[in-house]
Amino acid sequence: MKGVAITGMGIISSIGNSVEENYISLIENKIGISRITNISTVHADVIKVGEIKKTNEELVNELNLTEDNNFSRTAMIGTLAAKQAVENAGITSINEFRTGLISATSVGGMDMTERHYYDYFTHPELVKYITCHDGGDVAEKIASALGLKGMVTTISTACSSAANSIMLGARLIKTGKLDRVIVGGADGLAKFTINGFKTLMILSDDFNKPFDNERKGLNLGEAAAFLVLESDEIVAKQNKKVLARVSGYGNANDAFHQTASSENGDGAYLAMKKAFDVSGLKPSQIDYINVHGTATPNNDLSEGRALKRIYKDEQVPDFSSTKPFTGHTLAAAAAIEAVYSVLAIQNNVVYPNLNFENQMEEFDLQPQTSLKNKNIEHVLSNSFGFGGNCSTLIFSKS
Amino acid sequence: MKRTYINGVGCISTQKTFDTVFLEEAIVNHDQNVLAIVPPVYKDYISPAASRRMAKGVKNGIVASALAMKDANIEKVDAIITGTGLGCIEDSEKFLKSILDNNEEFLTPTSFIQSTHNTVGAQIALLQQCKGYNFTYVNGAVSFESALLDAKMQIEEDEAQSVLIGGVDENGEYTTALFKLNGRIKADNSAPYNLLNSTTSGAVYGEGASFFVLENERKETTYAEVLDIAIINTLEENEIEAEIKAFLKSNNLEISDVDALVLGFDGNVDFENYYRNLAENAFAQTPVLYYKHLSGEYDTASAFALWMASKIIKTQQIPEIIKVNSVEKPAYNTILLYNQLNGKNHSFTLISK
Repeated sequence: MKGVAITGMGIISSIGNSVEENYISLIENKIGISRITNISTVHADVIKVGEIKKTNEELVNELNLTEDNNFSRTAMIGTLAAKQAVENAGITSINEFRTGLISATSVGGMDMTERHYYDYFTHPELVKYITCHDGGDVAEKIASALGLKGMVTTISTACSSAANSIMLGARLIKTGKLDRVIVGGADGLAKFTINGFKTLMILSDDFNKPFDNERKGLNLGEAAAFLVLESDEIVAKQNKKVLARVSGYGNANDAFHQTASSENGDGAYLAMKKAFDVSGLKPSQIDYINVHGTATPNNDLSEGRALKRIYKDEQVPDFSSTKPFTGHTLAAAAAIEAVYSVLAIQNNVVYPNLNFENQMEEFDLQPQTSLKNKNIEHVLSNSFGFGGNCSTLIFSKS
Repeated sequence: MKRTYINGVGCISTQKTFDTVFLEEAIVNHDQNVLAIVPPVYKDYISPAASRRMAKGVKNGIVASALAMKDANIEKVDAIITGTGLGCIEDSEKFLKSILDNNEEFLTPTSFIQSTHNTVGAQIALLQQCKGYNFTYVNGAVSFESALLDAKMQIEEDEAQSVLIGGVDENGEYTTALFKLNGRIKADNSAPYNLLNSTTSGAVYGEGASFFVLENERKETTYAEVLDIAIINTLEENEIEAEIKAFLKSNNLEISDVDALVLGFDGNVDFENYYRNLAENAFAQTPVLYYKHLSGEYDTASAFALWMASKIIKTQQIPEIIKVNSVEKPAYNTILLYNQLNGKNHSFTLISK
């Protein structure tokens, strides 16, 4: 057994509303970073974001929601992505096997909370949105849209959240607790997050440049992606096509600072090391690394150091950050990058790390800057978050 | 497959649950619809300088986790897993208000940094320098049970020998007002607030932090073994009994093997039948207990229930104040906990001596 089977994927991001659209954007250098249009913010002329080009009204219509719905934007994009994934996996009877849903969020339905915060007491029609704030609200709505009655939970470990939901899903299947798990995450843009990152002074006013010596910070983004994981037993029973496998995973804590990564990347190093242990693979067997690569000075230095520690004297494989395309989509980042990793395996490509110009002075790491075709057996994907939360996933060809 | 033992507990709640034996000083407050924690002496655990920057929930989490570690007589754990419904809601409120009040200007990052849901788990890891597995679950009423289930899987699979888990939530002033507005909390000025035989909707709210050290071996400090946990998103009222029986059966148990049933009665008349039907029918011959009249209702209140159940097994005593019926058993070796919120997020937790 080479890992847990992935049998379906769904995604919506600033570079596309489906798996196919996202893939085309990735190979044709179509980026999703632009000025913000859906949220009114004083920073609109300064920041660039990876925004899904649909208004809330358009999303409501697409989901056929009734007038009295209380979906946050995050819940709407999450539901769209999860529905795609379930359909892609050819699931027609959701509770047929022991099926669970593990979602990921950074701030729940904050996009609605911040919009209506002071109006609740004077506008009774808005009161329905109060419960949206809850971190579990998105998963609740997805479960209900899918008719899923079994285990539902949500992970929130900031920017590594979705990696951890994929990890938990894989473990629930490995231990035989569930037969099938829908895993992923969703995060809509919110003023709360924009201003939070702004005060931390890690937002770039330009297009983000991961692993570049002159990188200035990140662009925020919004997205949702879900993957369907199934046990080998039910894959065989249904004679299903396996897209790829989750072959390794590791989570560790940097235990250094609430929002900054340690300079030598302890947490990142430990997460990667654990993922290799679980997969039984050697670092040299990795064909492509989808780095966390947020383009903040701190992350890329810490992640780069950790990569150097993992690979010691060996050559670090082709690597790139896809965040110049999508922006940093926080709790959804690892889920969309999981979809991109599977697509890399299916299509045998390494995506370009856009906007890169100059190698960082601290080490000799040069990302892949143009689309590269080569056989891809194994992809390693990193995701790190506030609170020192570091996660690594390894995806392998089935 | 390794077994999972509760080897240490720590609880900060709306009752005096530290420096006490077991609820001997507990008081039922019928006058308030929102209960506040009985604070510990923070400076015994956290330096005053660090304490000033920390939100209430973070401080309570740190103290409760320190109590649990001390109780288990260990200094290091392999993993830290927390559950929280609303996370650090006070800091979220603070940051959001300053954004709205100052039109996104003059902001400082402190409250944003502290507002992240995984702050408690992260701060404990930082203090203990624990570089192991660190997860935070945020799924309403099953946030804590998700942490417990994950920890049990870690131990079963030998990924960790010791895991610190906890459920923590704090009351935020504005959020509390919003919860009164949308009916999650019972209306003001309608005291006395009674949980059993309530005729109104909404709950009496509370806050707290309950932490546990789980290990893969029985030792002198052991309270109980965690046998099983089930999390089910949706169940109808008429499905509960069959589901509980199936859960017990999968653990080779029957209703008569359960020495006490702990139910999450929160005074919300709209969803009370999920509990009442069990108490009055299938479990009529079983000691039935409740706790939210002491802890208040909040997303991770069920962690308080696990603290209580652990104490019962260890002390073999059930305080009068938590009894729903007068049924007694010669010994309290197997306890089942059931909780839900508004007919969603059901959890069954089974522990035994």
